[in-house]
Amino acid sequence: MTAGLAAATVAAADLSGRGGPGFLSPTGAEVAFVLIGLVVLGSALLVVTTSQIVHAALWLVVTLGGLAAEYLLLTAEFIAWVQVLIYIGAVVVLLLFGLMLTRAPIGRSTELDSLKRWPAVLVAVGATATLLTVVVDAFHSAYLDLGKTDDGSARVTGESLFRVWVLPFEVLSVLLLAALIGAIVLSRGRADADGKGR
Amino acid sequence: MHLVYPLVLAVLLFGIGLYGVLARRNAVLVLMSVELMLNAVNVNLVAFDMWLRDTLHAGQALTLFVITIAAAEIGLGLAIVLMIFRNRATSDVSALRDLAEPGAVPRARRRLRTARTRPGSEAA
Amino acid sequence: MTTAAALATGLPFLAAVLGLAFGRRFPAAARALATLPLAASVLLTWAVAVRHDSGGVTEHGTELTPTGALDITLSMRVDGLSAIVAALVATVALLVQVYSAAYMRKDPRYSSYAALISLFSAAMLLVVYTGDLIVLLVGWEVMGVCSYFLIGHYWETEVARAAAVKAFLVTKLGDVPFLIGVLVLGVGAGSFRIGAIVDGVPPGGAGWATAGTLLMLGGVAGKSAQVPLQTWLPDAMTGPTPVSALIHAATMVAAGAYVVARLYPVFLASDATLVVLAVMAALTMVSSALFAFAQDDLKRVLAWSTVSQLAYMTGGLAAGGRDAAVFHLLTHGAFKALLFLAAGVVIHLAGTGRISDMGGLRRREPLVFWTMTAGLGALVGVPPLSGFFSKEAVLGAAEHTAIDGGAGAPPAVTGWLVIVAGVLTAGLTAAYATRLWLRVFFGEARKPAPEPHGPTPVLMLWPLAVLTVPTVLLGVIGLNESWLPAWLGDADGRAYGSADAANGLLLQAPAYYDLAPRLGTSLAAVALLALGAGAVYALWRRDPAADPARVLGRLRGPAERGFDVDRLYDAVVVRPVWLAARATRFVDRVVIDGYVHAAAQGTWLAGGGVRRSQNGNVQVYLAGVLAGFVVLAVTVAVRA
Repeated sequence: MTAGLAAATVAAADLSGRGGPGFLSPTGAEVAFVLIGLVVLGSALLVVTTSQIVHAALWLVVTLGGLAAEYLLLTAEFIAWVQVLIYIGAVVVLLLFGLMLTRAPIGRSTELDSLKRWPAVLVAVGATATLLTVVVDAFHSAYLDLGKTDDGSARVTGESLFRVWVLPFEVLSVLLLAALIGAIVLSRGRADADGKGR
Repeated sequence: MHLVYPLVLAVLLFGIGLYGVLARRNAVLVLMSVELMLNAVNVNLVAFDMWLRDTLHAGQALTLFVITIAAAEIGLGLAIVLMIFRNRATSDVSALRDLAEPGAVPRARRRLRTARTRPGSEAA
Repeated sequence: MTTAAALATGLPFLAAVLGLAFGRRFPAAARALATLPLAASVLLTWAVAVRHDSGGVTEHGTELTPTGALDITLSMRVDGLSAIVAALVATVALLVQVYSAAYMRKDPRYSSYAALISLFSAAMLLVVYTGDLIVLLVGWEVMGVCSYFLIGHYWETEVARAAAVKAFLVTKLGDVPFLIGVLVLGVGAGSFRIGAIVDGVPPGGAGWATAGTLLMLGGVAGKSAQVPLQTWLPDAMTGPTPVSALIHAATMVAAGAYVVARLYPVFLASDATLVVLAVMAALTMVSSALFAFAQDDLKRVLAWSTVSQLAYMTGGLAAGGRDAAVFHLLTHGAFKALLFLAAGVVIHLAGTGRISDMGGLRRREPLVFWTMTAGLGALVGVPPLSGFFSKEAVLGAAEHTAIDGGAGAPPAVTGWLVIVAGVLTAGLTAAYATRLWLRVFFGEARKPAPEPHGPTPVLMLWPLAVLTVPTVLLGVIGLNESWLPAWLGDADGRAYGSADAANGLLLQAPAYYDLAPRLGTSLAAVALLALGAGAVYALWRRDPAADPARVLGRLRGPAERGFDVDRLYDAVVVRPVWLAARATRFVDRVVIDGYVHAAAQGTWLAGGGVRRSQNGNVQVYLAGVLAGFVVLAVTVAVRA
């Protein structure tokens, strides 16, 4: 694994100096990426600003789906499908359940935003600006060559997952189990003296 | 594809999620915002994995792990939110101020909070 | 021989440690622990003295560790002087411990008291035996501490506390120059060893020797209660009477004179020091004898008389009579211890320490009467008793200095000072001793005696009997130069030989080694003695009920208060220090504490401000953390 990391670093050194085509002549994939990216960002903004709580969940679906498409464009097909499967299929459904169980108001609500909105805007914008500066400054010349590669295919991903990363994978399954049990225990609430759950 | 595109997307998504975490009052919405931030990280991981042509595919593997952990996190988080709701009849994060230093919250706001907390019995 | 000396010093120390550690738990063992090790010490010191005979100096030392430029050696230096003084110290200490076992038998703090006396004895023996000035200083200070604790033994009373603090502070005042003087001598001679210092003085004297000895006089004056540090000793009488006998009469207060005798060649080489010492002694001698005459408290009379007699010793030393001074030290140790112990019994009998309330005690306890008579006789210097010979030896040495002088002798002025003051004091001593004797033992009881406590314990009586023997007979040892002078050896401790004396090979002229009384001074002293005693007797005969001290007239009040030196010191030293302390306290409270309080208040306020932000809203916390992170990142990016 250490050798692999070293190889990766060497590859990075090789690649970082190499600039690709200019920004003013975008490829088709880039155009598609930017357009979908705009959709993702827009729906994400709606998630955090909408005043209807159920709409937020639905906009989240749009965001996550858009991201799955972005993964596809980055040739990480397996990740894309997992994204759809788990996020849209499971997480959002869970969130909707949560909304219902907490009797979230359906429809417009004024109490969704905190009174401290402007400090939050300030911090978020500051953090974003800082990160943007750093990222653009560091990687403005890096080019991602997405030629004929099957790096993102289920076969390649599966091989690396079960050859190299099998131990973390197993540990993760234990974590999932623990989370499962924890969630059950928490949502059952305290057991009463006569053994009945609340 | 220029690496900057996915990276900028990730940064912006992260910023939006950050705003959501800080500004939203409903706990479920806060959890959603956390999901946005996690996704921003995932985009980063995938992009760098592709860029570096990592033979071990560490980025993608880690992305999968993050997705898994996110699922676990949302499950646990929702369980906690539910429990709080059951006990306090609210999922408003800004109303949960038991950590406050005594005397730090202005009196008027405190009264408001106790008034909001009181009908908890009816929700149980 | 030095091993025996070390053992004699170590045993009481061990007893003191054990007594302090376990005395409270095993009160039954306290008495044995107090007396038995000291008894062993007495045997050892006497063995050392006898085996030493007149054998010069025996010194053995170990250097524990290098201590810098000047090494400190743990050495025992036995010569004639230290052997004899140690024997005196140990003997008196043992007698006092025996006496105390009876005197303090009902005292709840007896065990710590006895342990402190043992500790004191160990410290004093260390001072006497040690061959290194730094080690001597250790013993010197331990003695001071023991003295402090023992004076304050009855610490429930305000007087005792005040007296203890006063004694401690006043003696410490002298100890500061003493310490510096020791350092000066050590640096000047290149060693702290007494032998090296004594040998290191060039024949004509040296600047460092004069400076060092002058500074040491401070410590001598403090310990031996000489002018101007004399005021603590009378107050120290608030301690238990046996303590007064041991520490404040026979041993510790004589340590000042002893140190001078120990370093005598150095002092002898510094004329200035000797003159100062002589002036000091003359002033102390006369004034304190006068004060003794005016006192009404029995123990204070004895205390002032101690001061006066100590001045005889320092005067003798100033006038070149080292052997005479040591002679007086020995006899005084015996008769003053006897006087104090007898006074303890007298106070026990009369139930009071006030002379004006006593009278007619002669019939109550004849043994005490006779022993005290012997003691007073020796104090006054009635011819066949020991005090006569030692006092005459001092006066004889002074006479030789004043009249014959010669190379190497102290300046003639010291001799004259000591002679005049000494003869005058002999008369005053006779006066106050006669007054004491008549007022306590004769006439009618001026106050009905309290209910008798029962017979006086035998343990309190037989130390008196034992001490009476040297009080009466000790004077004989000075009569032949082959006895005490030969035993003491030369001034630097080397062996004394008559042939050397005749050939002038010794440090001093042969006359200083001759302790026999001389006709001129003896006649003068005895005449004044008779005059003083006779005058007081005449006054007493005229009116037995009245105090003969009335002849002092208007002088009496000031004399009783020691010429109000205390008030003078109070005005000159104590009050300014007090005011300075108050000013310091003010500055400390208002200015320095002000900063501290302001800092605390500022922190408090800042904390309050930060506290307000702890409103329990997790999102606010998170926003704060992230904002801080952004600021840090930006700062780092900009500065990089």
